[in-house]
Amino acid sequence: MLQAESKRYGERAIKWLLALCALLSVLTTTAIILSLLGPMIGFFEIVPAKEFFFGVDWTPQFEPPSFGVLSIVAGTLNVALWGMVFAVPVGLGSAVYLSEYASPRVRKTIKPALEVLAGIPTVAIGIFAVSFLLPHVIVPLWPGDFLGGADGKPFIALAAALGIGLMVVPIIASLSDDAMRAVPRGLHEGAYALGATKAKVATRVVFPAALSGIVASVVLAISRAVGETMIVVIAGGSTPKFTLNPVESIQAMTSYIATTATGDIGTGTIEYKSIFAVGALLFLLTLLMNVVSIRLVRRYREVYE
Amino acid sequence: MTSSKWFVVLSAAVTLAIGVAACGGSDDETASGSGGGGDLSGSIRIDGSSTVAPLTEAVAEQFMAENSGVRITVGTSGTGGGFEKFCAGETDISDASREIEPEEVEACKKGGVGYKDVHVATDALTVMINNENPVSCLTVDQLAAIWGPDSKISNWSEIPGVEEEFDEELALFGPGTDSGTFDYFTESINGEEGVSRKDYNNVGEDDNATVKGVEGSPGGMGYAGFSFYTENEGNLKALEVDNGKGCVPPSVETAQDGSYAPLSRPLFMYPSEQALQKPEVKAFIEYYLENAGSVAESLGFVPLTDEQLAESEAAAEKIGA
Amino acid sequence: MEAGAGASRNRLAVAGARATTAAMLRDQPRGDVIRNAIFAGLLLLAVTIALAGLTALLVQAFVRGSSALSLDLITNPPSTAFPEKAGYRPAIIGSLQLIAGVLVLIVPIGVGAAIYLEEYADNSRWWNRLIEVNIQNLAAVPSIIYGILGLAFIVRGPLDLGFILAAGSMTLALLVLPMVIIASREALRAVPDSIRQGSLALGATQWQTIRRQVLPASIPGIATGVILAVSRALGETAPLLLVGATVFVTFDPTPFGSDGYSAMPVQIFNYALRPQDEFQTLAFAGVIVMLVVLLAMNSFAIWLRNRYEQRW
Repeated sequence: MLQAESKRYGERAIKWLLALCALLSVLTTTAIILSLLGPMIGFFEIVPAKEFFFGVDWTPQFEPPSFGVLSIVAGTLNVALWGMVFAVPVGLGSAVYLSEYASPRVRKTIKPALEVLAGIPTVAIGIFAVSFLLPHVIVPLWPGDFLGGADGKPFIALAAALGIGLMVVPIIASLSDDAMRAVPRGLHEGAYALGATKAKVATRVVFPAALSGIVASVVLAISRAVGETMIVVIAGGSTPKFTLNPVESIQAMTSYIATTATGDIGTGTIEYKSIFAVGALLFLLTLLMNVVSIRLVRRYREVYE
Repeated sequence: MTSSKWFVVLSAAVTLAIGVAACGGSDDETASGSGGGGDLSGSIRIDGSSTVAPLTEAVAEQFMAENSGVRITVGTSGTGGGFEKFCAGETDISDASREIEPEEVEACKKGGVGYKDVHVATDALTVMINNENPVSCLTVDQLAAIWGPDSKISNWSEIPGVEEEFDEELALFGPGTDSGTFDYFTESINGEEGVSRKDYNNVGEDDNATVKGVEGSPGGMGYAGFSFYTENEGNLKALEVDNGKGCVPPSVETAQDGSYAPLSRPLFMYPSEQALQKPEVKAFIEYYLENAGSVAESLGFVPLTDEQLAESEAAAEKIGA
Repeated sequence: MEAGAGASRNRLAVAGARATTAAMLRDQPRGDVIRNAIFAGLLLLAVTIALAGLTALLVQAFVRGSSALSLDLITNPPSTAFPEKAGYRPAIIGSLQLIAGVLVLIVPIGVGAAIYLEEYADNSRWWNRLIEVNIQNLAAVPSIIYGILGLAFIVRGPLDLGFILAAGSMTLALLVLPMVIIASREALRAVPDSIRQGSLALGATQWQTIRRQVLPASIPGIATGVILAVSRALGETAPLLLVGATVFVTFDPTPFGSDGYSAMPVQIFNYALRPQDEFQTLAFAGVIVMLVVLLAMNSFAIWLRNRYEQRW
C-alpha cells in the first residue's frame, strides 16, 4: 500500500467510492444476521433451546413435532465426513502428483480437466450421484449387508458424500498444488542433492513446507461440503436420522432448509421459523470453521525470503 | 482498457445480445397451432400443489397456444405455500391437492380474498408394492397398523391378518412431510394429518425414488400419486385397498365412482373473486374444465365424471357473476 | 543485495539439507525402490479416480441425454403435455439474463472493493481488518443462506422488489462477490511495487497510477476470477429456488417483469423429479447444454490466462 495521499479533490472522492464497494461486504453480513435473527427468536420462544440443541429427533411436521437439531447436524456431518474421506486422499494425491511428478505437458492437460470438474453445476453432480454412482459404483462395491447394506435404497448418504467429494477434489488439488509449487526450488534441490528420492522430497520436504496452504485448502473444502445443498437434496434423501452410517438415508441442514422453504408450509408457522433457526446454526458453524482456518494457517505458515 | 478487459465486456455484451435477440425473435413459438383467437391478453399467476401442477401446466399450454396474448405461470410451492400467496393476493389461482384449511380460510378473510373451490380432477393415491410380493389386498386397518405412529412392524409376516406367506423385511417409502400427498395419506389412513411412523424412507419431493425403492426391495411398500404408478406399471404392483366393502384396485373407474376409498382424493383449483374479474381468468377456468379431461388420463390423473364436471362448471359460473 | 540473497539461499539450502538428512536417517534404503513405486502408483491412482469420476459424469450425461438434443431444445418452451417437444428456452434466456445482471454488479463492485483493500486501505485500522475478515467469511457461507438473505431483504423487506429476475441476479451477485474480490486482490498484489513507485515518482496521482499501470496489468487475473465467479453463479440452484425462480414459464422472462422467470439448473432439477421417462432424458439433455456452456467459459478463461499472463 502506498502512502501517496493526494490533495486533489477527485482522489478523495474516488477513495470513498471504492471504500463503499468494500463496505458492502459488511452490509451483507449484517443483512444475513438480521434476516435470520427475527424468526429465529420467534422460534426459540416456542421451542426450548435444550430440545433444539440436544434432541436427536428432527420431525417438525409430524404430529406431535419434535425439534432436535442434532439429527440433521449428524446428517450434514455424515455427508461431509465421508465426502472428505474420499476427497482428501484423492485431492492431495492429485496435487502431489501434479506438482512433483507430472511433466509440464501432463500438467497442462490434467490441471484444466480438474478445473472443469470444479465448474460442473451441483444439480448435475447430484443427478449423476443418484443415477450412476449409487447403482453402478456403490452397490456393486459395497460388502453385502455391512452396516445394513446399500442395496435397494434410492438415497444414501454415501451417494451424496461421493458427489460432494468429487465436487471439492478440485479445490483441494488446485490450491494444494499452488501451495506446493510456491515452495522455493532451493529446498527441492537441496534435498535431491543429498540423495533423497522423489517420494521423500514430496512427503518430507515439500508437503510440510506447504502445510499452511494445504490445510487452508482442506478447510475451504470442508466449508463447501458442509454448505452444499443440491447434491444432498437429490442424492441423500430427506429422512433425518441421527447417524454417521454412510448407507443410511439422511437429511442435512442445507437440504432441510431447501426442501422446506420451497415446500408446503405457511409463513409464520413454527416449521417456517425452524428454517431460520437451522440457517442461523449453519451460518455460525461456517463462521467457526473460518476462524479455525485462519488460526491454523497462521500457525503453520512458513515464510520464505 | 487493454484488450482482455474488452474481451470480458464484449462477451458479456454478446451474451446479452443473444438473449435479447432470442427474446425479440419468433417468440410466437408458443402460439403454434390454431393461430391464437387472441383478443384475450394479460397474465395469470398460478401457484400451489406440485401434484396438480402438471395438469395445470398442460392445460395452460394449450390455452396459451390458442390465446397468445395471455401469459400463465405455474409455480409449485406446495398446497400450503400456494394458499399463503393466494390469501396475500399474490396469485390469481391456487392449485390444491386438498381442501382449504381453517387457518387458511382465516388468512384469506384477513387478506380480503374471496374464492371458490373448483374440483378439476381426481387423483387415485396408490400404494405400491414389489412384483414379487404375493399380497394383493390390505384393509385400511392393516395399513393403519403398518403406518401408524407407534408401529413396530418390520416384516411382512408380522402384519395382522395377512394370509399369504411372505417373510420379507418391510421397506417403507413415502413422500416428505411437507407434501399434500403425505397430509392426505396420513389423514385418511391414520385419522389425523401428520400422524405417521417416522422410520420410513423419506423421499422428499422425489416420488420417483419411491418407485425406485419399491422396485428394488422385495419387501418394499410405498405411496405416491397415481401418475407415478401408471408410468411404471409393469415394474410394480398396485395394492388393492379394502375400505370395508371389498378389495378395490386404483383405476380411473374406481376413482370416479368413488369405490377406491379412502385414497381417491379430489384435486382443486381455487380462483379468487378478484382474479375472476379478469376476462382471461374466467376464460381459462372454463377452458380448463372443458379440456382437462382429455389431458388428465395421459398424465396419470383421473378425469371428472360428467356429474362432477357439471357441478364444477356451475360453481365456476357462480363466482364469475 | 548480494549478501542478502546469498544468505537467504544459504538458509534454504541448510533447511533442505537438514530436513532431508533427518528423513533419510530414519529409513532403510533397501525398501526404497518398491516403496517409491507404490507411492507413485498411489498418486497416479488418485488422479485417475478424479478424472474417472469426471469422465463418467460427462459420458453418462451424454448417453442419457443425447437423444433429446436438437435445436428444439434451445428454442422450444417447456411442455408438460408434449414432452417430446419440450425445451429449455425460457430457462436459457433466464440464465443468460441472470448472469448478465451478475456481471454488471460484480465487476465494478468487486474490482472496486479489491482496489480499495489493496491500494488504499491501511491495514492497521480495525475497520479495514474487519472488512477483510468479513469477505473471507462470506466466501465460505453456504449458498442457501444467500437465498434466505435474498428472500428477506431483496424480494421482500427493504428493497421489496418481488419475485423478479433482477432480484435473482442481485442474490447471485452477493454470493459470488467475495470470490471476485479475493481473486482481484491476488491479481493486484502480483503487480510489483516498483511499477507503482515508478509511476508516482514521475508525478502521477494514486488513482492515475492504479488506472493506468496497476489495473491494466492485473486484468487477466481479474478476468479469470470474474469468469470463475460467473460459472459458479450459472450453476447455482438453491438460492434461486428461494427467490422465486418458477419452473413453468413458457414465455421469455425479462429482468424486471413480474410474470415470473426460470433458470437452467432449476428447470433441470424439476424435470429430474418427474416420473415420465421423457423428462428424465430432458434433464440429462439440459445437463449437456450447461456443460457445453461451462466448458466454453472455462476454456476461454484458460486461454485468457495463458495469453495475457505477465511475467515480471
